[in-house]
Order: sequence, then structure tokens, then C-alpha cells
Amino acid sequence: MRHLLRMGMPIMAALLLWEPGPAAAQSQKAPAKTDKTRRMADGHPDLQGTYDIATLTPVDRPIGAPAVYTREEAQKREAAAAKQRAKGDEAIQGDRTAPPKGGDGSVGAAGNVGGYNTGWLDMGSAFTVVDGQIRSSIIVDPPDGRAPPMLPAALQRLAGARARPTSDAQENTNDPGLEKAPGAYDDPERRPLGERCLLGFGSTSGPPALPDYFYNNLHQIVQTKDAVMILTEMVHDARIVRMNAQHLPPTIRQWMGDSVGHWEGDTLVVDTTNFTNKTRFRGSTENLHVVERFSRLDDQMLLYRFTVEDPATWAKPWTGEMAWPATDGKIYEYACHEGNYALTDILKGARLREKEMAASKASSEKR
Amino acid sequence: MMFGKDGDLMGIITQKAMRIAVAGSLLSAAIIPLAGQAYRAPRAENGKPDLNGIWQAMNEANYDLEGHNARPAMALRPGPYGPVPAASVLALGAVGAVPPSLGVVEGGEIPYKPEALAQKKKNQENWVTSDPEIKCYLPGVPRATYIPQPFRIFQSNSQLFFAYQYAGAVRNIYLKDPGPAPVDAWMGQSFGHWEGETLVIDVTGFNDQSWFDRAGNFHSDALHVVERYTRTGPDVISYEATIEDPKVFTRPWKISMPLYRRQEKNAQILDFKCVEFVEELMYGKWRKTPLTGQ
Repeated sequence: MRHLLRMGMPIMAALLLWEPGPAAAQSQKAPAKTDKTRRMADGHPDLQGTYDIATLTPVDRPIGAPAVYTREEAQKREAAAAKQRAKGDEAIQGDRTAPPKGGDGSVGAAGNVGGYNTGWLDMGSAFTVVDGQIRSSIIVDPPDGRAPPMLPAALQRLAGARARPTSDAQENTNDPGLEKAPGAYDDPERRPLGERCLLGFGSTSGPPALPDYFYNNLHQIVQTKDAVMILTEMVHDARIVRMNAQHLPPTIRQWMGDSVGHWEGDTLVVDTTNFTNKTRFRGSTENLHVVERFSRLDDQMLLYRFTVEDPATWAKPWTGEMAWPATDGKIYEYACHEGNYALTDILKGARLREKEMAASKASSEKR
Repeated sequence: MMFGKDGDLMGIITQKAMRIAVAGSLLSAAIIPLAGQAYRAPRAENGKPDLNGIWQAMNEANYDLEGHNARPAMALRPGPYGPVPAASVLALGAVGAVPPSLGVVEGGEIPYKPEALAQKKKNQENWVTSDPEIKCYLPGVPRATYIPQPFRIFQSNSQLFFAYQYAGAVRNIYLKDPGPAPVDAWMGQSFGHWEGETLVIDVTGFNDQSWFDRAGNFHSDALHVVERYTRTGPDVISYEATIEDPKVFTRPWKISMPLYRRQEKNAQILDFKCVEFVEELMYGKWRKTPLTGQ
């Protein structure tokens, strides 16, 4: 319930008003390509709109999965996801028996005791389709669909780091108590960036902007001659891409880096550097370099492609791509920090637990 | 007035008027608008006056919307000979003082209801624990406009969007009627339309959490703000906000101020994610080992 508490009642009301519409990117029906791309006065494609990037396609390909699902396989998986969603959204009977200790064995955000009803969540209902292929992973290079292993030096660096939150960290909804990592609850700086309301979790803001497989997956693009603004719903983060501009001096670092853009034909290319050393996408250094490519597939869909590189973290760059389907959904204010009762309670809870453990240790020693 | 020995008053006036007229025509009317002739802003892609750019207020409104003398600090306590800075802000010295201003409120005073005025005074006394700006909360409207940091307007063929540097606050300005705001928000719900050269934004759907300034001026969730943005020169927007809140004020009231284009060639909106900066204030005491000393 962390996020529900944090968002406060108004957003809960909004969620209650929300009715799921038809998924924009159903794999069942490939979008019809249109010849005419909407264009701005300057002749460049008009990429503007609001996009819902929730998808069932994970970033990394599940072990053993084919790169592309057949229509039958995708339908089977989408139906299973829909069934789980419906089950997770069933009305709770007041006189029901208690769920088994530790949960009923189902996994995912809504699976465990204390998790969300799926009505609160927006985890995606269909796989992303690119080039008519129903994709099993967003990563397309390396060809196995999985991010390359981290270099030994990077693993060593991360093992030695005291604060390890990363910009892609997921919310841990199945946290059985205190995490095993020593000191994970000692200081606010040790908590995930999403929990601190510094960035949305799951690299939703990016770059690279990824689905968070949880909720609030909307992005809005506003495009002017001099700049393209990419708004990430969570946490109201506006990334300003300056067109045909130089990067900031290396001394200026930003949570989402510094983005400059240019056009290559009908593709908007966005180059991002100057990250903070606290952003740490998948454990990267502040020298992370992300190149994103936005192009229009049709009236209702963008193609989003990204390549990340950081020679101190991965032996070579890696690349992902997915469709960004347009949505009529509106973006409401994600005032995260303003309602962040969770962070106080998490730290306070850890202090209380330490006190209780110390007391029980003292009393057992007495005996 | 002093005139030359052989000075003829009418002659001098006529001469000066001639010189001004010649100079005006030489400099081109587009740069120096002639009196009584409204400035016509360049058009944006949507055919409307172009508000694109990085803008900032240059005044003391965020300290106190009303006219005020300079004060020793934002939080005060009685001293033996008058107010002195409260202990919580003492270390800031002159940096923590309040600069003076003639105010930006039309008519000078905010028309509070008596009980609301009492609340405003209470807010001011408890400023250091109560002002949402101290906790890096979203600024609300109109405070976002004159909080002393730049903001950027993105105006395209179909969209209008404001991104503020302070706390990374944002506003999407709906250009089609979105209907009543379904939920309250810190930044409200903005619906814009054009009246000639002026962008008019109707803002509703506020919560009762934000303040107008560091002097405790406040509102309820019945707040309704109508903003007017009019370009009056290449680098100036005339900004007005009419503030209506029948729970707090006896009548609608208005603030106005110029907004200036940031002139630096490399001007841009940078990170001011102050959430991180207030963690020690808000969560420091829940560290496993709270910091000690100064």
C-alpha cells in the first residue's frame, strides 16, 4: 500500500473512476500503416501525443522463450494475464477465511498478502509488436534479448558501494520484512529512488524510458522547433530535449541526464549524457550514454528504440525497442513526495524493529 | 524648468517631439512600440502569439505578495527592542532577510475574511514549519509563476505545456474543455484559451495545501485562478492572476507583474529536485545513527 498512501485519497478517487479501455497495442490486430505521417510546419514528423507504454513484454527475454511469439502463443499468454488480472480484482468478501501465511503462492505485484488489487495497477495487457513481430523482450541486441552481463570491475564497484539504489529498481511489494542487504534501512539515501520520490521506479523516466510493469506508464510529448518535452507521468518529470544543441558542461549533472536532439530523416535522435552518479541505470556509472530514436509507425503509434553504453559497466552497447501506443487517457498529478508517508514509516519501522530486537535479545540473555 | 535665454517653450516642445518622432521611425516601430499602439507578438505555429521561451519573474512576490518593508527574517521572534530573527533561521543572517516591496496586489491588500486573516497571521508565525516551499512541495498556481526560478513554456501547433524549474513542477494546459477536474491537485487543472493577444488560463481543481508566498498568504480548495499572459515586447510578458476563493476572501482580487525572458544565450531549465535536499530535514531523525553537532 506504500504508493496508495503516498498518492493520497485524490488519486485513489481517480483510479476508482478509471475504466480499462481496449488496449491500444493488442497483438491480435497489427496496426494499419498509413502513408501520411502527421507533420509539423517545419516538415518533421509530429510525434506529439500521450502514450501508454504498459506492456506484457519484459525488458529482458525470459530464459527459453523464443524471440517472437506466434499469434496463438501470445493470445494464450495474454488470456492468462487477463485471467490473473480479473482474479486479482475480485471483490473481497468480508467473511472470507484468512489467506495462507505468506500468500497464496501467486506472484507479481498483486500476488502476495498486502499487495494491491489489480484494479489499482496497469501492468500491460498485450505484448509489444514491432515489424509485425510479437516480441518476447524489449532488448533486441544482444540477439538473446538479454542485457549483457556486467563486467567484473562493475560488479566489484557495486559491491563496494554503500548506497546502491538504481533508477531502474522495481518496487518491492513482496518484501517479507527487512531486506537482507546490510544497512538497507539505515538511511533515506539507501532506499530506492522511487520510494524517495526522486524518480519513478523501473526507469520509467529513463532514459531509457521503460515500462514499469506496475502503473502510471503514460508519457506526453510536446514538440516545438527548439525543444521536445517528454513528460513522464511518474514523478511528473519533464525531460527537455534541446534541438541541435551542445551538451552541458561535464560539471553539470542531472538525474535524467542532459538530452540534446536532432533529426535523421523522419527519426528524432536524442542523445543523453551528464547523468548523476546517483542515477545508476542498472548499476551504470555517471558516464552512461543513451541514444534514443523516436519515429512514427502510424497515426496511433511511435517506435521507440534505444541504445545504452557505459564501457565501465558493460563490454558493449545494448539496444531495445518497443511500440509506444497513443492513448486518450489523461495524465493526473503524481504528487509523490507531498504524500510520502511511506518513507517516514519505513525508516521509523526499522528503528522500532531494532529496538524490539535489542529488547528481546536483552531479555533472553537475562534468562 | 529652465529654458535658454531666447527659449520659446512651444518651439522647444515641438522640436523635441519632432526628434522623438524621427528617432521612432528610424528605430522601426516593431522594436519600440509607439504609444497607444499594442505590441503584436510574433506568431507561433498555431497562429497565436508565441509564448515559447524561458521566463522568470523579477520581484519580491514570493516573499510577500503585499507591500512590505524589509524584515530581519521570514521567521521572527520578539527581541528586547523589536522583532529579531527566530532561532530556527538565525544562522542565515542577512541572507535570510526579507527584501522590501511595494507589492503586486491591486489595491494593496488581500481582502481576507476576518477568520482567514487570523489564519494567515498564524501561518506567518509558524512559517518555518508550515510553508510548503520549505518541504519542497509543489508550488501551486500562481506561486509557481513568481517563485524565483525560471520556467519554460512549450507552445506547439496543438499543445501548451509549462515546465517549472522549482521542484520540477509541471502543468499541461488543456486547450479543449476537459470538464470539471475529477481530482484535486497541487497544481490544479488548467484550461487555456486565447482572447486576442492574451492567453487566458482558467485554473480549478486545487487542493488546499499550497500557499501564495513566504508570508503565510493561503487559500482553500475552493480556489479559482484566472491567469492572463500577454506579450508586451520581445522579451516581456504581462502577467495577471485573478484569485477567487469565497471560503477565504471577501471578493476576487488581482495580482500583476511582468515576466522577463531569460537573456542568457545558454539559459535553460536545470534540475532542482529539492526532494533530495529536504530529506535530512524530514527524515534525518529516523536515521539509524542521526547526525549530531552542527
